Amino acid sequence: MNMSFGLFARQNYRVLIALCILLVTFVAFFSLHPRHLSVYTLTIWANQGTCLAFVSMSQAMVVLTAGIDLSVGPILALSNSLASEVVNGSPSHVAFGIFLVMLAGLACGFINGLVVVIGRIQPIVTTLATGTVYTGVALFIRPTTGGQISEGLSDALTSNLYGIPTSLLLVAGTILLIWVPFRRTNLGRGIYAVGSSEGAAYMSGLDVNRSKMAAYTLAGLLASFGGLFIGLQTLTGDAMTGPSYTLISIASVVLGGTSLSGGIGGALEAIIGAFTLRTINSMMFFAGAPPLAQPLFEGLILMAALSLGGLRLIGMRNRLDLWQ
Amino acid sequence: MVKVDKPVLIAFCCSAALILGGSFFFPNFLSIQYLLQQLHIASFLGLVAAGAMVVILLGQIDLSVPWTLTAAAIASTAIANYAKGVTAEILAIVVGLLVGVIVGLLNGFGAAFVRVHSMIWTLAMNFVVLGACVFYTGGFQPPGEPLQVMRFLGVGRSILNIPNAIFVWLGVSIIMIFFLRRTKYGRYIYAIGNSEKATYLSGVKTRPILFLAFVIAGVCNAIAGMMLAGYAKQAYQAMGEPYLMPAIASVVLGGTKIQGGSGTYIGTVAGTIFVTLIGSILSVMQMPEAGRQVIYGVVIVIMLLTYGRQERVHA
Repeated sequence: MNMSFGLFARQNYRVLIALCILLVTFVAFFSLHPRHLSVYTLTIWANQGTCLAFVSMSQAMVVLTAGIDLSVGPILALSNSLASEVVNGSPSHVAFGIFLVMLAGLACGFINGLVVVIGRIQPIVTTLATGTVYTGVALFIRPTTGGQISEGLSDALTSNLYGIPTSLLLVAGTILLIWVPFRRTNLGRGIYAVGSSEGAAYMSGLDVNRSKMAAYTLAGLLASFGGLFIGLQTLTGDAMTGPSYTLISIASVVLGGTSLSGGIGGALEAIIGAFTLRTINSMMFFAGAPPLAQPLFEGLILMAALSLGGLRLIGMRNRLDLWQ
Repeated sequence: MVKVDKPVLIAFCCSAALILGGSFFFPNFLSIQYLLQQLHIASFLGLVAAGAMVVILLGQIDLSVPWTLTAAAIASTAIANYAKGVTAEILAIVVGLLVGVIVGLLNGFGAAFVRVHSMIWTLAMNFVVLGACVFYTGGFQPPGEPLQVMRFLGVGRSILNIPNAIFVWLGVSIIMIFFLRRTKYGRYIYAIGNSEKATYLSGVKTRPILFLAFVIAGVCNAIAGMMLAGYAKQAYQAMGEPYLMPAIASVVLGGTKIQGGSGTYIGTVAGTIFVTLIGSILSVMQMPEAGRQVIYGVVIVIMLLTYGRQERVHA
C-alpha cells in the first residue's frame, strides 16, 4: 500500500461524494423513522432498494459504453413473469427455475447486444424496440398478475442473516462475484475504453464489439436478478412492473455519479444511487409530507440533485469547455 | 427536382403496402372513411412527433412528453370550472399553451444552462409535472370538461367531413417545414445537432436556440393534449403515456438520426402514419396485446436494419 489517501480520494471522488450523500440521507431517514434503526427496519429499508439496485447496475453496464438501455424494465418484467411460472415447488425445481430466469435475462441482453453491435443501430432505439418485444413476451407468459413464487425462498432472501439483511448480502455478492472479477478482465476494461472513446479503443486494438456484447449481456443478467427479487417480495408475477423501473434506473445511475456520456462510473456507484433515491422516497413518507405531494417532492429533489451537477460550470474559465 | 430520401420512401411504401395487404382481408381498408379515421388518430401522434423531432434534431431528447401533454389537457379542461362563454374558450387555449411553454422553458434551461443530459433532465421534469398534476387533482379524475373549442379541434369535422384534427396537423406541419427549411433558426437547429461547439464558434448564440426547440416541443405536446382531451371528452391521468415511445419511433423511422443533425420533416410524417397503421391493423386483426407488442418491436428493428444503420467504427 504505497498509494496515498489523496490519490485514492482523487481517483474515487465520485464514489466518495455519492457515498456521503447516501450516508446523510440514511442517517436522516433513520432519525425520522418512528421505530429507529433496528435489524427489522434495516431489513425493510434494504429490501425496498434492492430491486432498483440490481436494475441500476444493469443500466450502468450499458451507460458505461456510452449507450442507454430502455429495455431494462421490460427484461425485469419478463424475468419476473417467468419466475412466477418456474420458481416454485421442490428445492431442485426452484434452483432450476432460477437458472431459467437468469438464462432468459442473459438471452434478452444478448439479443440487445447483437442488434447494437452487428445491426449497428443506436442503442436507445434498439432497446426501445426490443423492450417492446420483451414486454410482449412477458404479457404472453403472464397476461394478468398472478402465478406463484416459492415462499420458502422468499422468506430466506428477504429477511436477515446474523443481523445483516440478506438482500444486502445478495447485492454485495453480485458486486464481489460478478462485477469485481469482470472489471479486471480485458473485456471489462474494454467497456470503459469503449465508453471513453470508441474510435481510440478500436485503434488500440481492443475488441470493441466483444466488450459491447459483454456489457449488454451482463446488463440482461443483472436486470433478471431485479425481476427475481421483486418476485420474491411480491410472490407474484406482473408483466407491467417494468416501465417505471427503466426511467428510475437512469436517474439512480446518474445520481450515483456515472456519466451518461460513458466511460466514468460503475456498478458500485449505481447501487449507491439506487439506495439514495429509495431512501429519499421513504423519507418523504416519515417526514409527514402529504401523500399527494410526494411525487412532486420526489421530482423536485431529483431536479435539485441534477442541478448540483451544473455547479461545475461556474468554475469554468472557457466557454468551449462546455462541450468537452 | 424533388429529391426523396430512402427512409421517407420506405416508410411511405410500407404504409401503402400495409393498407393494400390489409385490404385483402378487410375490404373496408380502402374506404375513404377508414383512411380518414387513421389520419385522424395519427394527427395526435403526429403533433407529438413534430415536437419530438425538433428536439431530436438538436441531439437532445424530450422525455417529458407524457405529462406535459396530460398537464395541458388537465389545465385547459379545468377552466370550465372557473369561466364561461367565449372568455373560457380563449382562456382554455391560452392556459393549455402556457403549460407547454413553461415546461419547454424549464427543459431548455436544463439543456442550455445546467447542461445536464436532456435525457435525465426532461425525465425529472416529467416527474415534477406528474407530481403537480397528482397534487392538483388529488389523484382523481381531473375536474372540468373540455370546452367547445377543444371538442371542435379534437373531434369536429367542418370541411368535406374531414376531421379538423387533420387540418391542425397539416397546419403545424406546414409551419414546421417552413421553420426547419427556410428560417435561420431552423438551420441553426440542424447545425447544433451536428456540432454545438462549431455552431457556437461560428458566432451563433446557441442557448436561445436550445430554449426555442424545447418550447416548440412543449407547445406541440400541449396542442396534442388539448385536442386529445376534446377527442376523449375528458382529461385523464397518464393520458400522455402511450405517446412517448411511438413518437420517438415515428421520428426515427422517418429517417431522423437519433444523434441529431439530420432528418426531414416529411419523414416524420411518414413514420407517424406507418406507426399508426401498424397499431390499427394489429387491433383490427384482434391480435392479443402480447403479440401486438412483439410484432411492433420486431417491425421497428427490421425497418431500422434496412436503413438506420450507423457507420462502422474506423480510424
